[in-house]
Amino acid sequence: MALYLPFLRRRIGFLGMMNSTLSNFKTSVLSEKNSITTLSDFCNSFSRRFYSNKADKQFDFIHNGGDSKELNFPGGIVKFTSELKFLADVPEERIHCYRVLDDSGQLISNNFVQVDKEIAVKMYKDMVMLQTMDTIFYEAQRQGRISFYLTANGEEAINIASAAALSMDDLVFPQYREAGVLLWRGFTLQEFANQCFGNKDDNGKGRQMPIHYGSNKHNYFTVASTVATQISHAVGAAYSLKMDGRDACTITYFGDGGTSTGDFHAALNFAAVMEVPVIFFCRNNGWAISTPVSDQFRSDGIVVRGKAYGIRSIRVDGNDALAVFSAVCMARTIAIRESKPVLIEALAYRAGHHSTSDDSSKYRPIEEIEWWREAQNPVTRFREWLRGEGLWTTQAETELRDSARKEVLHAIQVAEKVEKPTVKEIFTDVYDVLPSNLRDQEKSLRETIERHSQDYPIDVPL
Amino acid sequence: MAAMLQSLGVTSASVTSNKFTAFSINSLPVIRSESRTVSVAINGTRKAGKVTTKAVAAQAENPTSAASKPGHELLLFEALREGLEEEMDRDPRVCVFGEDVGHYGGSYKVTKGLADKYGDLRVLDTPIAENSFTGMAVGAAMTGLRPIVEGMNMGFLLLAFNQISDNCGMLHYTSGGQFTIPTVIRGPGGVGRQLGAEHSQRLESYFQSIPGIQMVACSTPYNAKGLMKAAIRSENPVVLFEHVLLYNLKERIPDEEYVLSLEEAEMVRPGEHVTILTYSRMRYHVMQAAKTLVNKGYDPEVIDIRSLKPFDLYTIGNSVKKTHRVLIVEECMRTGGIGASLTASINENFHDYLDAPIVCLSSQDVPTPYAGTLEEWTVVQPAQIVTAVEQLCKQ
Repeated sequence: MALYLPFLRRRIGFLGMMNSTLSNFKTSVLSEKNSITTLSDFCNSFSRRFYSNKADKQFDFIHNGGDSKELNFPGGIVKFTSELKFLADVPEERIHCYRVLDDSGQLISNNFVQVDKEIAVKMYKDMVMLQTMDTIFYEAQRQGRISFYLTANGEEAINIASAAALSMDDLVFPQYREAGVLLWRGFTLQEFANQCFGNKDDNGKGRQMPIHYGSNKHNYFTVASTVATQISHAVGAAYSLKMDGRDACTITYFGDGGTSTGDFHAALNFAAVMEVPVIFFCRNNGWAISTPVSDQFRSDGIVVRGKAYGIRSIRVDGNDALAVFSAVCMARTIAIRESKPVLIEALAYRAGHHSTSDDSSKYRPIEEIEWWREAQNPVTRFREWLRGEGLWTTQAETELRDSARKEVLHAIQVAEKVEKPTVKEIFTDVYDVLPSNLRDQEKSLRETIERHSQDYPIDVPL
Repeated sequence: MAAMLQSLGVTSASVTSNKFTAFSINSLPVIRSESRTVSVAINGTRKAGKVTTKAVAAQAENPTSAASKPGHELLLFEALREGLEEEMDRDPRVCVFGEDVGHYGGSYKVTKGLADKYGDLRVLDTPIAENSFTGMAVGAAMTGLRPIVEGMNMGFLLLAFNQISDNCGMLHYTSGGQFTIPTVIRGPGGVGRQLGAEHSQRLESYFQSIPGIQMVACSTPYNAKGLMKAAIRSENPVVLFEHVLLYNLKERIPDEEYVLSLEEAEMVRPGEHVTILTYSRMRYHVMQAAKTLVNKGYDPEVIDIRSLKPFDLYTIGNSVKKTHRVLIVEECMRTGGIGASLTASINENFHDYLDAPIVCLSSQDVPTPYAGTLEEWTVVQPAQIVTAVEQLCKQ
């Protein structure tokens, strides 16, 4: 029985040619292995494969039995059936959604991870701060003070509650609608404003669009505009955590649209095969710019895809902070203890526009937006629960909203006045040190600026 | 098989060719390029007292006693493996990702034996999704590992273009220097022996614009090992281009550890009449043509540019200033290849020193055909090089 590895088949013809043409290529392609196995045994012995830096054992051949009710196919034993039946394409009922608080913030179950009082209050305060920040920065873009902004309206619970369930050692690979995670970790309002204004205090040195935050101090990897590329980064980083044996995991966020990409598929597949500690968090908010989920996929959301890859998955109510918190807590434990990936689908609604370049009333009814914003507001629901627990008052609310607004406005005012980065920063960090061609190009640029100083902006320092 | 540059001291050809004759040892004096201080400090590439810039290891003084020569003989793929192994020993963060690199040892045996030695966490077999395992390497590199991504054939890395250009090349810059991506992306490319159009890609054409990456091409066992080590030690993402037909070249390389510079070109044969710039497999076609040219009375200077991004304009410039005529021989296609960029670069910087327009010999803008004779004529042959030099020197 030939060594049957499906991914080798594509290469055999090509390698066969190499064999005959390279006269010194002594070793025959297939003679490397001295024991021949079926793929199932290959896989079985490899199920614990990626766990050490030691050399691997030899694998043995296991005979197929004579039983005709089942067969040891590649991949494992499969029972036979006489029914000519296809699996349903659409389930009768969608997978149930885990929820702890009802629409008005009352507890409907005790099946959740308890939250410390201080953490709960901090969660709420950060959710309000995120809302305030979003509102004011959005207005600032409309006033022309920054060029672009993207809000997390409707996803405050997803942002803050998931961040609260993680530790600071966990690595975050965001898409772009997760500023709240960074806020929770301690990124200051001033730092947010500096990045949006691209001034010299921005730790990204003014090189990216607004909302493309990044901070290695906070283990939050810089946002890249490419969709879903961060998912494979998260898997690679989880792999390095596994090699180090660290008590941490990675988490990566993406939207419903991002799950259509090739990167999503391959990253989930890899993570399952390599058994790495990564949490895949899908923010299914119903819309990918103007594409509703019904045009994005026909599966029952994202949670069912976990099963397709052999990954444990759960669907949670994304507007329920306690549910999100519990799910991420549990996911983190599973990921680290078992070194396996977990998929969480949080159902929510994108209550704002996709970004400042979008007007969503063009493709969806305003009543729908309004309904979600009022009836399912995650901040309101959590506040009601806090109030019920005696942890929050109306007075505290007013004070918080006032001070948050003042702080954000102040941060913007300061950031606006700070100088932009110097011309030198156009050329640094492309490589670790400046190579000769970039040095020449910088020199050439400076000469041009000097010669035509009236054509260049005066607020960019040289 | 490609014409082979025999290292001095090796008398027997390990790869026989029915098309091109092996070189006679004495016809090619080997030159040491001068050590010079480079203003950019590159970690690990300059060792006090070591002459790391030698073009070929052994010298021409006593070619007869092969057995007593220092150093050891090996094939190019073994040299790559040796470099890889030394770096994996030296730094436990170095790891390899690729298809069939683990127990199978790699399709060209570059990683053979490494999985047994280092375990399958450090030599990882990935499923077939180039964009994803390159993305994984980016993520792993940002968190402290030093991954080496092997493309089974460079052409497959076109699937990873998004990750290589938008993330690998850019994240160091867009994060304001907070995250570094010290990856090496390597694999065999170039036109082989009837591998078909999809397996005969020259990716250096497509990658050369990407800001943030460095590109180098190896051509001998000596520079393969040196460049592999330098690439692994570099903090920038480096793409190392190997050639499918050069893996079985044999050469004697030093026993001592050495690392080459990623930005330097290699002086293969100094001369006076014309500068021939080339890299990778075309180096051997050029040297084959050089033999003919010498017999005809010409004295070509042959430089293996090695560093494809950035170009070593210092070495190239000195040569142009000496000979005033330039011929570029490459395997890339005419449009948008390395030769096209190099022509522009030399014209821009050394126009005053040129006595004739630069001539660039490259492959035609066609997919590589399967039929052997057709394939041969899409690649620049020594006869064409000889004709081009003769015409260039007439002007």
